[in-house]
Amino acid sequence: MQLNSSVPPGPIADKWENHKFSLPLVNPNNKRKFDIIMVGSGLAGASAAATLAELGYNVKVFCYQDSPRRAHSISAQGGINAAKNYQNDGDSVFRLFYDTVKGGDYRSREANVHRLAEVSVDIIDQCAAQGVPFAREYGGLLDNRSFGGAQVSRTFYARGQTGQQLLLGAYQALCRQIAKGKVEMHTRTEMLDLVIEDGIARGIVTRDMLTGEIRSHSAHVVVLGTGGYSNTYYLSTNAMGCNNTGTWRAHRRGAFFANPCYTQIHPTCIPSSDEFQSKLTLMSESLRNDGRIWVPKQADDPRSPDLIPEAERDYYLERRYPAFGNLVPRDVASRNAKSMIDVEKGVGQRKNGVYLDFSDAIARDGVQLITEKYGNLLDMYERITGEDPYKVPMRIYPAPHYTMGGLWVDYNLMSNVPGLFVIGEANFSDHGANRLGASALMQGLADGYFVLPYTIGGWLSGLLNTKPLPVDHEAFRKTEAEVADRINGFLSCRGSRSADWFHRELGKILWNYCGMARTESGLEKALSEIPALRSEFEKNLRVLGTNEQLNQSLEKAGRVADSIDLAELMCQDALHRRESCGGHFREESQTEEGEAKRDDENFTYVAAWESQGPGHAAALHKEPLDFENVALTQRSYK
Amino acid sequence: MRITLRVWRQPGPEAQGEFRTYEAPEVSEDMSFLELIDAVNEDLLEKGEEPIACDSDCREGICGMCGVMINGLPHGPSEGTATCQLHMRKFQDGDLIEVEPWRAAAFPVIRDLVVDRSAFDTIIESGGYVSVSTGSAPDANEILVPKSASDAAMDAAACIGCGACVAACPNSAAQLFTSAKLAHLNLLPQGQPERWDRVEIMVDTMEEFFGSCTNHGECEKACPKEITIDFIAMMNADYVKSKFKNRRRLGQKKAG
Ligand SMILES: Cc1cc2nc3c(=O)[nH]c(=O)nc-3n(C[C@H](O)[C@H](O)[C@H](O)COP(=O)(O)OP(=O)(O)OC[C@H]3O[C@@H](n4cnc5c(N)ncnc54)[C@H](O)[C@@H]3O)c2cc1C
Ligand code: SF4
Ligand code: FES
Repeated sequence: MQLNSSVPPGPIADKWENHKFSLPLVNPNNKRKFDIIMVGSGLAGASAAATLAELGYNVKVFCYQDSPRRAHSISAQGGINAAKNYQNDGDSVFRLFYDTVKGGDYRSREANVHRLAEVSVDIIDQCAAQGVPFAREYGGLLDNRSFGGAQVSRTFYARGQTGQQLLLGAYQALCRQIAKGKVEMHTRTEMLDLVIEDGIARGIVTRDMLTGEIRSHSAHVVVLGTGGYSNTYYLSTNAMGCNNTGTWRAHRRGAFFANPCYTQIHPTCIPSSDEFQSKLTLMSESLRNDGRIWVPKQADDPRSPDLIPEAERDYYLERRYPAFGNLVPRDVASRNAKSMIDVEKGVGQRKNGVYLDFSDAIARDGVQLITEKYGNLLDMYERITGEDPYKVPMRIYPAPHYTMGGLWVDYNLMSNVPGLFVIGEANFSDHGANRLGASALMQGLADGYFVLPYTIGGWLSGLLNTKPLPVDHEAFRKTEAEVADRINGFLSCRGSRSADWFHRELGKILWNYCGMARTESGLEKALSEIPALRSEFEKNLRVLGTNEQLNQSLEKAGRVADSIDLAELMCQDALHRRESCGGHFREESQTEEGEAKRDDENFTYVAAWESQGPGHAAALHKEPLDFENVALTQRSYK
Repeated sequence: MRITLRVWRQPGPEAQGEFRTYEAPEVSEDMSFLELIDAVNEDLLEKGEEPIACDSDCREGICGMCGVMINGLPHGPSEGTATCQLHMRKFQDGDLIEVEPWRAAAFPVIRDLVVDRSAFDTIIESGGYVSVSTGSAPDANEILVPKSASDAAMDAAACIGCGACVAACPNSAAQLFTSAKLAHLNLLPQGQPERWDRVEIMVDTMEEFFGSCTNHGECEKACPKEITIDFIAMMNADYVKSKFKNRRRLGQKKAG
């Protein structure tokens, strides 16, 4: 099958403007005749649903939490990028575009990234007007900071809670539409399947998490904004409930999954403390601005850090990368931490961390200044670990954090299944093989506020005077029956192990073989271990209780089943991509200095995988990537 | 350390509930409180007893999904801490810990420790927003906001909607939650055009579900985000004024 990215012709800077003009419009009176299903109420889903309802469409929104305000976007800390150039430091739409393409290690679609940079400025206007309490300067203007090694200050922030404030803004806009009756909100409702008829997306099948009711919903168009899949690793910085059921079920029904091996491992998280650890906590990247990273020179050093003299410490990032030091990009910092732990230089009781030391910064700037800059982060660290970072160096280690891969979409954000759109972290489109800090919030809101509301009209205008498929149609009935069967399968298995046990085992396999560094033999091992784990899951899962009640182990079982399947595809994709790029590091493909080495000749494409059904390897489709505006170069941070 | 848990078990909204006792003989002090519940649940599953239903999501103190009474205190003994951020090192070997859901008429129990907090969403839906449709905003720097106003608005906007304030209040009042949203929006220039309508409708909606405030101040102590009751004073003052202002503006009231 030929993948058509539908990128409009013309110069890159004009594509979006021209495209918007050429898209057919739906006239205001006709908008109310269209029904839209929106799965997800995160930044992408909530902003899109609110905007579409404002335009006049009828929107049904679904989320698994008890309120749309709790979507995982709420936990983003650092900030959101926009090419406003308020600081007059040389930023521009083109520079943001350029930085994003380069940061993505030349594996993203230029036209999408340029559009993202263009609409970034509108996002800030919209959010400020909603009352998002962005940080201000004394004159009342918006403040900015530089984030994640960027050379301009283009990041807008609201204390350490930017995601929370942006999400509350979108949630409040959504609430306004709920009150007007334009949005029908379904909380604690999980989408468990996508319904296709005649090759077109017609609706979804959901489970009411309180009553177990399996129900069909039908619409003219289905949009998924269900977030990323970092939780396939079990331990990650994502919320406990984040899952890949929405995207995986759509994949099983025909939607292509693109670049599943592109995952981002964030360098500064708190290392796990015991077997029961349920998730990992991110410590803001900004700590690397003043903290120094080191390990003892001697392997297995039993001494406490204050007893290790300066000469016996290895400040390995400063040593290896004198120009960037502790501020090297995320993937480089993460891999270097791993290399230290691999040679037994890890610190802490479980030898699973490296030090991030503020003592020099405190000696230089004083406790007060450090408290002003990082106080709440340092307090959070103390709360979790019981150690005082003002006295003892913090321990940090990388953790799965963000997934660049996702369902394949064209320039209009429509998947290869007509009538199915995908927005936010759930799609693959804008970050290539690596996402820059503060760009995920930007993408989620760009998709939701400013892209989808236009492009969805292109699809809907062709459906004027048609009705959605009735929910008693055979296609819905059949899918409902399949969903019910799957649920009964989990409940009737009566084995001896919890869904969590399987999730932990899956996490270990992925982390070891498809984590920060990947090899041919490791990935092959994973591809033999995952099917074994799946058959154990099918035989030995234990879920108690019934479907007709709030049953959190049942919810978990369905999510873990879908994670096992996706994990296999991640490994398959990682195995096929015999190059290193961004977050995907193949040990066989590195420069003499140990940096990621791309193979542009053979791999400058998007890998879009088509499901061939359970038990069969997915088929690969390629979307070639052209770089007409940014020249391909090798990244170097020496 | 060894911990004994007395946990409220209630199979469904209409069912009778009761406390049941569970022993956790090997608790690490690095565990979070919710990880202890996870471990007890693994144990129960093994023994064939249905796990305790308990809500959480971010486990970082920001989403507001978690929240239980721990020894009679909403979110437990640590100040400024949500249930998910509470660690077992705050307890001692041999402790008995009693765990209950939020108790409030407006937050009915769904199962075990899980309650229905949708009344909070209804309050926001009634007016907790600025009416600006997407695409109609002026350049962000055209609206100047004094830093002090923006900082104070941020203090209020930090509310995570967990419901601890209601659970702590002897009258099950939701003044702290409602006033936090009103303060967030009403302190900013962007919130002024709808200020008086907003305060009137949100307070009236709140009163449909929740009890009245008699100034106990328990809410402030329980709040994991340390939202101050000063916002309640501001809300009350605005509410009184709104009755007057809105009446004067009759005839030019917003269309909804
Ligand atoms: C700790 C942390 C910090 C971060 N900090 C930053 C930052 O500073 N800057 C930045 O740009 N990015 C940051 N990110 C990344 C960013 O937060 C996310 O990529 C982004 O918020 C994703 O938004 P979303 O709308 O796509 O998905 P989400 O916010 O994950 O929302 C998913 C929605 O889908 C719903 N859902 C999922 N599955 C189903 C289903 N089967 N049925 C029904 N509903 C379903 C959920 O209920 C939820 O409403 C951070 C991420 C983490 C983990
Ligand atoms: S005011 Fe505090 S206690 Fe009440 S809902 Fe908000 S964060 Fe929770
Ligand atoms: S689980 Fe999110 S605040 Fe506790």
